[in-house]
Order: sequence, then structure tokens, then C-alpha cells
Amino acid sequence: MVAKPQIDIGEYQYGFRDEEDYVFKSGRGLTRATVEEISAMKGEPDWMRDFRLKALDHFEKRPMPNWGADLSGIDFDDIFYYIRPAEKQGKTWDEVPEYIKNTFEKLGIPEAERKFLAGVGAQYESEVIYHSLREDLEKQGVIFLDMDAGVREHPELVKQYFGTIIPYNDNKFAALNSAVWSGGSFIYVPPGVSIDVPLQAYFRINAENMGQFERTLIIVDKDAYVHYVEGCTAPTYTTNSLHSAVVEIIVQEGGRCRYTTIQNWSKNVYNLVTKRAAAYKNATMEWVDGNLGSKVTMKYPAVWLMEEGARGEILSVAFASDGQHQDAGGKVVHVAPNTSSQIISKSISKGTGRSSYRGLVKVYKGAENVRSNVVCDALLLDETSKTDTYPYIEVEEERASIGHEATVSKVAEEQIFYLMSRGLSEDEAMSMIVNGFIEPIAKELPLEYAVELNRLIQLEMEGSVG
Amino acid sequence: MSDGNSNGTTPMFEIENLHAEIDGKEILKGVDLTVNQGEIHALMGPNGSGKSTLAYVVAGDPRYEVTEGSIRFQGEDILEWSPDERARKGLFLAFQYPTVIPGVSMANFLRLAVTNVRTARAEEIAAEGGSAQPFTPREFRRLMREKMALLKMDDAFATRYLNEGFSGGEKKRAEILQMALLEPKMAVLDETDSGLDIDALKVVSEGVNNLSGPKVGMLLITHYQRLLNFIKPDFVHIMHDGRIVESGGPELAHELEAKGYEGLRARTAEAAAS
Repeated sequence: MVAKPQIDIGEYQYGFRDEEDYVFKSGRGLTRATVEEISAMKGEPDWMRDFRLKALDHFEKRPMPNWGADLSGIDFDDIFYYIRPAEKQGKTWDEVPEYIKNTFEKLGIPEAERKFLAGVGAQYESEVIYHSLREDLEKQGVIFLDMDAGVREHPELVKQYFGTIIPYNDNKFAALNSAVWSGGSFIYVPPGVSIDVPLQAYFRINAENMGQFERTLIIVDKDAYVHYVEGCTAPTYTTNSLHSAVVEIIVQEGGRCRYTTIQNWSKNVYNLVTKRAAAYKNATMEWVDGNLGSKVTMKYPAVWLMEEGARGEILSVAFASDGQHQDAGGKVVHVAPNTSSQIISKSISKGTGRSSYRGLVKVYKGAENVRSNVVCDALLLDETSKTDTYPYIEVEEERASIGHEATVSKVAEEQIFYLMSRGLSEDEAMSMIVNGFIEPIAKELPLEYAVELNRLIQLEMEGSVG
Repeated sequence: MSDGNSNGTTPMFEIENLHAEIDGKEILKGVDLTVNQGEIHALMGPNGSGKSTLAYVVAGDPRYEVTEGSIRFQGEDILEWSPDERARKGLFLAFQYPTVIPGVSMANFLRLAVTNVRTARAEEIAAEGGSAQPFTPREFRRLMREKMALLKMDDAFATRYLNEGFSGGEKKRAEILQMALLEPKMAVLDETDSGLDIDALKVVSEGVNNLSGPKVGMLLITHYQRLLNFIKPDFVHIMHDGRIVESGGPELAHELEAKGYEGLRARTAEAAAS
């Protein structure tokens, strides 16, 4: 017998942590003073400070959502809301503090940047500690900064759009983000500029009980194109961390934006994110949303189709393993006639994991000739795992073509047997079936990410059977 | 590893008094069958006689429970082996109804399968002067293309999802392609001829003939004599009600063709009575 190659079985490989060596760390809990302190430290204009304080008020008044996943494990008083790890941001990796640089080396970010990215932002705790953009893109007028720098360097542009797609009072966690946001990306792509390879942001939580609240604003001008990719990981702690981001995207006439997420938080992170895009005439917005990690995720990337010819596409893949609840899906709102959309959701549940598809297709009165298609497939790997579906369809216009298909399936024993009869181990057979199940979405990812996704699923499948 | 082979008396593949059941219902009721290296055996019999069950049990299908008897491969009892161990040791089953695996391309699947099987046989391959070093994707593609050409399969096959949307004939070819790449020592082909038109049957038979040889044992399960016009068996067995009731040379298949199962059974009964 040949021994199986030794792989860390089922272990989360990004669970390591660094010793804390920070320039500033706020106290636990959230008060008006915390918010004012964050704003002051960033030297923000008054409008932004006022925006934060209004948001804080709303956050305090707004009840917790009474739907979706169980959020009772979040203790808002126990969280650190702002941590500044370094004095200043690096323009080269050498300017980044050694230990943080090492962490990103382990995560493979500098290498990925050299190989296939047009720009990189790396956020550690509350601040973006490294940022770069390919020179030729800068010359073409592309802006790729962290959000704080965006507020400082492009105040007019930011003020025009910030908080317009997702207002501070949109939901409790958008309000929280609006109050304490820090970091995230600010992107502007000028008319006609098409960025050939992705821009990437990487988010790393390190401290225990950390709250990370990055804020991203992307503006794709007329006939421009950008593919933005984000990844995220954190150390494994026994206590909970909170990640609550807000992402706002505007795609102008004829533009196209693709936003890809491979979320691989450790299993003690509550991941409660609001993502929404507005697509104008003949514009296309695509969300590719992969949720593998976290304890709880609630995330439903949305597209508002504002003008004729706009198209929205949401591809969502979720993997809920032991102790995880992935409550994910997508929302499409057809405001204008002749708009089209597609939502494809694939979820896999294993052990005590639970995945829920939650989606909305809404067609406003007057939005004629809308076409929308929703497909959600759930795969259960065993008898204990769970899945549920909450598809909401609100159509106010008669002339709309709305399709909806949902399937729940189990891995068939005969599939496992067939693959094993060709020399695949039971684990290999299982992960091959699972990878095949998500193939329609994996093939939409940049190759490096597709490979990573395959590998992560393989790790999750190790020792899952037999 | 047993050294029972070295004296040349241990058959390569030996089934003895095999009983197996599914959901408490006994299907195999004492099967005896021996296949030596280089031999081609045909197993014929009416529907429901247990031919396919025998194939599944040899491959280790967990739905079936073996209640008595043994299956030995190169002198080793394989009943405790998982299906993948059996495959890695050199057993192969061409399925009558191959399963669809959506999203998994033929090439990706087969590269892993071939790598596993070759890795398990590294010593043997080295002894024959070869290397079990896994193929690079490019090398594997080339190898696959070669084998597909022999089976008159289009290149596009490599990127199609495993058995998804395959016609009956394509499925059968794909099974033989897998066999060609995995190079088994003992292959069981379960109704590989069913559902094939005459041209496809010729191609598939040619493929099988190319794979047979002095080192390979084969068991062809078939309902019809037709296949045996293309692949010449050394031995023919008739299965009925979970047992092999008659064995002989190729002439037995012709007799079966002439008399049918009923006629054959009547003659056997007569012989038993006299």
C-alpha cells in the first residue's frame, strides 16, 4: 500500500496570529467618543464626522434583524472598533512593518501581485498598510486608493457618491459600518478605460475580538471596465470577531464591473456585509461571491438596474461546514424596462453546517420586458447538514419573464462508488463531486482563484467520510 | 504480497463459492470462476441471472453484501479491500450504466485516477523499466488524445463532463478509454456491447482486443452472442439463478445462439437426469 500524502486534515491553514504591536488600539466597546476619536485621528472633514455620528445614532436605535442567521453571539461591548497597526502606508512591501509583511507573504499576496494583478491593497486590522497601482493605469487616470486616502485626495468625487447607494440607515450593520468605517478601497475608472487584469484587496484580521469595518466605493465611468477581487482571512480564536463591510458600486452607461470575493474567514468571525451596485444604461454588474469561511455570514450582493439595457449577474457559492451558517444569495431590483438579470447560487452543506439561499427579484411597475432567471442548487454531503431557501419575488409589472429553479441533492453513493472503482479514495471522490458541483461558478474565477477554491474545498473534504 | 504466484499455479483471478445479497435478497448463490492471465472469458445468461451483480461485487460495490465464499486476485483475498484499493491493484469494471458526474471533466478525472493507480504500482512499473512519475497535464493530454484516437473519439471528449449528455455509444467508448488509460490486469466488462450499433460495436471491440494480451485477464459479460463475433473468448460460461451452470469453449456460445437459454437448460436437465 502506498501511503496517502500527509495533509493537515481539515485544518484552517490561515489561523496563525501575530503578536500585537500597534500604534493605536481603541478600548473595547462603542461610544460617541470612539467615533469622534476615529474621525479625528483620520483628520476627516466635518461632513464625514457628521455622517458617522448620524449613523451611530441610527445603529443604537435600530433593533437587531429578526430574520436570517443567529446573531446572539455578538457582544458589541466586547469588540475593538479601531486598531491602527502602523504609522503610515507602504508604497513598497519593504515599507511595511516586518511582521505584517511576513503575514502577507504567508498569504501569498506579494507573489500574486507580481504575477497577475494590476494593483493591490492590503488591509491589516483597521488600516490599509500597503497599496500599489500599476503605473500605466495611474497615467490613464485610474484611481485605486484606500478609502481614507480617497476622502483626503478626492473629496468631491467621494462626497458625490459616498453613502448614496447604501445609506447609513439601510440596516443595522450598514449603520455600524457607517459609524466606524476604516480602510477599504476607493476606485475610479475613467471613461473608456478597460483594466485588463484584476485589482485586488486583501483583508486580514489579526487581533482577538476585532471588528473590521472596511468601506469600499467603486465608480466605473462610461464604457470602462474593472475586475476587483477581494480575499480575507483571520486567526482562529475562541471568542468572536466581527467583520461588517459596506461596498457601494456605480456602473455608468456602457460600463462593466465584476466584483469577486473569496471569503475564507476563520470560523469565529461574524461576517455581515452589505454590498450593492447601481447599473445605468447598458451597464453590466457582476458579483461573484464565494463564502467558505466565517461562523456566520449574512450577505446578499445586490444590483439595482436603473436604466434600460442594464444587466445584473450574481454567482454565489457557499460552503457550510461544521458549526457554520452561510446565509447568502443575491438581490436584483429592476427599476427600468428592458433590463435583465441572473442569479446562480450553489451551496454545499456538511456536518452541522447550514446554508441558506436568500434572494430577491423585484420588478417595479413600468419596468417592462424584464428578464430574470434564478437557479439555486443545494448539495448535502451527509444526513446532518441542512439547507433552506428563501426566494422572494415581487413583480409589479405584468410583462416580465421571471424564471426560478431550485434543487436539493445529495451525493449519490453510486457516484462515489464509480469514482472509487477508478482508484480515487473516498475523500478524493467526494471532493471531485463537490468541485464538479460548483464548476459553473469556479470557471468564472481567475485561474489562480479557481485553483485556490478547489484546494480549499479539498481541504474541507479531508477526513469528511469513512 | 503473497508469493503464491511464483510457482505459477495460483490463478490470477479466482472466485470460489461466492454468495452475495442485496437488501437481504440473495442474488449470487455459489459462483465459481477462474480466470488466468491472458484468458478471455465470456459470461452469458438471461436477464436477472446475476451477471451484473457479479461484476459489481468484484468491483466492491457497497450495496452488496458477500455472505460466503471468496474472490482472490493474484492470490490475495480482495473482499476486504475498498473499491479504490481494488482498482489500484489492477482490477477494472467497465460499467453497464456509467454514472454522470456533473462538472468533472474527463481529463481531470482520468488524470487523478491514472496518477493514483500508477503511484500504487510504482515498484512494478520501475521493474519494467518505466517511471511512475505523475504525468504533467500536457503529457497526460497527449496520452489521452492517443488513446481516444484509437477509439475514434473526438478530442472534445477530454473536456466534456464525465458521462454527462453522452449517448449510449459514447458512454461505452468512454469506459473503454478509461480501461485503456488505467491498464488493468483483470477487467470485467459488463454488457459493453448493449446499445451499440454495428459500427460502434466494431470500434469498441477493436479497442478491447487491443487491450487484451498475455498479461491481461478479461471477463466479458454479455447477453448476446453478437459481441463474441468480434472478441474471441477462450471460455464461455452460462449463468443461471446466481450460479454458473455450464462452462465450455466458444462453441457453447454458438449452441446458445441456436437453442436459446431454454433449450440449453432443457439439455442440461436431461443430461443431469440420465
